[in-house]
Order: sequence, then structure tokens, then C-alpha cells
Amino acid sequence: METPRLTGERIRQYLEQGKRFDGRDLNEFRDLKIETGISKNAEGSVRVILGKTEVLVGIKMGVTAPYPDSPDKGNLMVTSELLPLSSERFESGPPKFPAIELGRVIDRFIRESKFIELEKLCIKEGEKVWEIFIDIYSINSDGNLMDAAGIGAIVALKHAKMPKYDEKEEKIIRGEWTDKKIPLKKEIPISVTVHKIGNSFIVDPIQEEEDISETRVTVGGHDETIHSLQKGDHKSLKIEEFHKMLDLAEETRASILDKIGKYLK
Amino acid sequence: MTTFKSKSEISTQTNKDSFERPDGRKIDEIRPMKAKVGIIPNADGSAMFSFGDTIAIAAVYGPRKMHPQHSQDPEKGTLRCNYNMLSFSVTDRIRPGPSRRSTEISKITEWALEPILMIDKFNSMVIDVHIHIIQANASTRCAGINAAALALAHAGIPMRDMVSSVSIGKLDKQLVVDVNKDEEDWEEGEGATDIPITLTSNGEITHIQLDGKITSKELKDAIELAKKATKQIYELQKKTLKEMKE
Repeated sequence: METPRLTGERIRQYLEQGKRFDGRDLNEFRDLKIETGISKNAEGSVRVILGKTEVLVGIKMGVTAPYPDSPDKGNLMVTSELLPLSSERFESGPPKFPAIELGRVIDRFIRESKFIELEKLCIKEGEKVWEIFIDIYSINSDGNLMDAAGIGAIVALKHAKMPKYDEKEEKIIRGEWTDKKIPLKKEIPISVTVHKIGNSFIVDPIQEEEDISETRVTVGGHDETIHSLQKGDHKSLKIEEFHKMLDLAEETRASILDKIGKYLK
Repeated sequence: MTTFKSKSEISTQTNKDSFERPDGRKIDEIRPMKAKVGIIPNADGSAMFSFGDTIAIAAVYGPRKMHPQHSQDPEKGTLRCNYNMLSFSVTDRIRPGPSRRSTEISKITEWALEPILMIDKFNSMVIDVHIHIIQANASTRCAGINAAALALAHAGIPMRDMVSSVSIGKLDKQLVVDVNKDEEDWEEGEGATDIPITLTSNGEITHIQLDGKITSKELKDAIELAKKATKQIYELQKKTLKEMKE
């Protein structure tokens, strides 16, 4: 179901008075719940519940040949599926643009932050390296899958255990894990999407807000440093507006880090 | 969430030289089951069902207009099931997206569920059932069917009856209820025979498959075992739906 125009109009009117449908502040996230270890066969797995939005993120690892341009580094692959189970808007079949974009934005967010120390995931230079798969699934889609997925990816990586590796046979022993964690940087990167509706800037939109969003900017970074950024949707932005969005993203990064801190230990 | 721990009817006395299952269960003991409905707010009906470490979730969308139009059946409604395992649900990651295996199980699931649905009146409409396995430890299609049946009831689709599904295994010569992964890979003696069965509460078979080696006498016994096991599953399904109403 598309959001009716009338609902859109009302959301805009509300926002002009600094109000939102669910009573949140413009820079306020919905309630965030995180559950780890939701799938035992995965190296790491989490369920992220953001308001009514729910995503599952799982980490699997494999051993493979490195890419020719990074012979001494592990491989990273992020995929996402917007399951038809999670919304009547999503259909079965080959992934469409939103699912591809989600996977790619999260991929760049993780990769560019250098959160995973891929250089420590080399087993034999030019021949064998670890590969990390981050797979994202939507379970209930009610806006802001992007940020829920980003949070899920970080927490899942933090919780993942390396599988056992048989050096003689040169393969992974499936179903057995070491106590070793994936080598990660101390600085936790966070990805935040800021939306522009009318003259207002908001974070963590519900579905209806996302539907009438004119443009959005997803920013991945840590503290004041930005590692990845993507503007989405077709409306243009004034430079001052863009600055405001960057500031809001930075402020929100800090508050998210606060909220998820207890899941990162 | 409604939970159920199976009680074996077989006393240890009568079964002195009893067969030892890898996880210490009695031969007719189902792994602890959990069920819950209403887990996906966007769906018209949804449910979770688990056998021990095997966790399935299902969501129902519809009845709604079938698109494209040429797929519409003007005589009756269409049930469309989609079974899928999440890439990280198994120890060896599986590539996301449909496979030959999941395509077949999707169809089998449709066949298992359709006999109980009263969808004659929903002509030109489709009911979509999406099943995903979040964590796998064998018997995933059975858990999926149980979750799907719950989700359909939760969506208020008119139903004649309920279906409950369980896998019966034959490990060497011993029949067991609710096969787990270790048992699925049984190699001793005659090896493992896996028989997923789905029954209505009236005891009609809506789905049965078999892989392995078994005599027709043993198969008949297997169905009797399934009948007893699905009764317990049926009770849990009923309880889950009643609790939701309260």
C-alpha cells in the first residue's frame, strides 16, 4: 500500500510545526532492540528491531582465493534481500534496485571504514584468504531498513566467532568455532540516513515518512570522520541544507553508539 | 510464546535394550517445540514454529488480486508458497535466492496445505505464504509447514482442518520421531531413512516423502508414529492460536 497523498500532506504540516506522527523529535530514533545469536549455525547473527522495522543480519565465513588486486587481504561480500515476507510491497524474483542499493551502501560503509582488518585475514598471500559474508534480510519493513541493517552488520561482526580451520587439509571444519573474533578496529563506525521533507530534516523515518521523503543522505563514519556517503532520491539540495544534514548525521551517530554500546562488548 | 515438551509414551521398562539417540531422546520424543503467531506486523497472518534448533517463520499476504492477470484462476483461489533458507541458517553458507531444492519444497508445501483451505470462493485471488528458515537442524520443511498452517489460521483464511507435520526417521532398523541433523546423517547399519509426513487432525495424509530404504510394514508403523506425534503438534498449534485470541 502506497502512502495516500492526504497522509503525506498531514505529515508535512506536522513537520512544519516540528512534530511527528508518533510524537518523536525530528532527531530521535525509535526504540531499538537487539538480540544476538539468533541463528546458531552462523558465525555471528543478530536481530535488530527498530520500532516496527525488523532485520536479521548473519555472518558466514569461508576460505577462498584473494582478488588479484588485494592478494594479501580477506574478501568481504555484503548482500541484502528484501523478503516478500516483510512487506506486501516486495515481490519475489531477482533483486530490484532497493535491495541492491541497500547491500551496496552497507558494503561501502563497512569496507571504507576499514572496520574489518582485512589484511589480518590473509592465510597465504596470493592463494588463500578468509572471506566474510554479511547477509541482510528484512523481516518487517516499516521504514529505515538502511540504518537497521548498518547497526545489525556492526553488532553481528562484533559477535562473530572465527570458524575452525584445518591447516593440513586447508579447509574449514564446519560447525566448529574457535574463541577468536574477527579482527576489528576499535573505532565503531555508524551509518545514519538523514531525510529531507519540506524544510525539515529527520532521522529514522517510519514507512509513511520515508515514502514522502524528497531526498536522503546516508553517512557512514566515526566521530567527526566520514568514510562513506550516498545521496539518494531525485530532489536537489542546497549546500547549507547538506551541511545541516551532515551535522544531524554526526549528532545521531553519537546517540546510536550510546544506545548500542552495551551490545558491542 | 507457547511451548511444548514432548512426553514419551514408551516407558523405559519395556524398552530395556532401547535404542540410543544421539541427543538422548526417547524414540517417540519430539524436540521441545515453540510456537507463536503475530510475529510480523505487516503481514495478514504470521507465525514462528520451532523443533529444537530448527526455527521457521511464515507470513501470509492475501487473499489479494492475482497479478499478472493471466495467472488468475476464475474458478478458485490460488495458494502460492515460497520456502527459503536464510544463507546463514546452515553451517555451510548457501547462496541466497531460490534453488532446485527450495523450489520443490515450496510446491510440496502448497500441496500439504491446500487440502485444508477453503479457497474455492476466492476466485482470481492469490494467497501468498512466505516461509523462511532462520536456523536449521533438519526437519525444516516440517517446521515450515507447521508455521505456515498457523500463519494461515492467524490470517483468518477459512480452513476445514489443521495440518501438522513431522519427520519420521529410520536409523538402521529403528524408527524415531522428529529427526535432527545428527540422525539425518546416520551411517550405521542400514543408514538413515527420512520420512517427512503431514497429517490433518483427522488423520488424512496431505504430504509424505521418503528417502532411504524401508519395508512397507515399517512404513506403516512410521505413519502410526507420525499420527501420534502430529497429535501433540496439533495440540500446540491449537493452544497457540487460542492464546493469541485471549
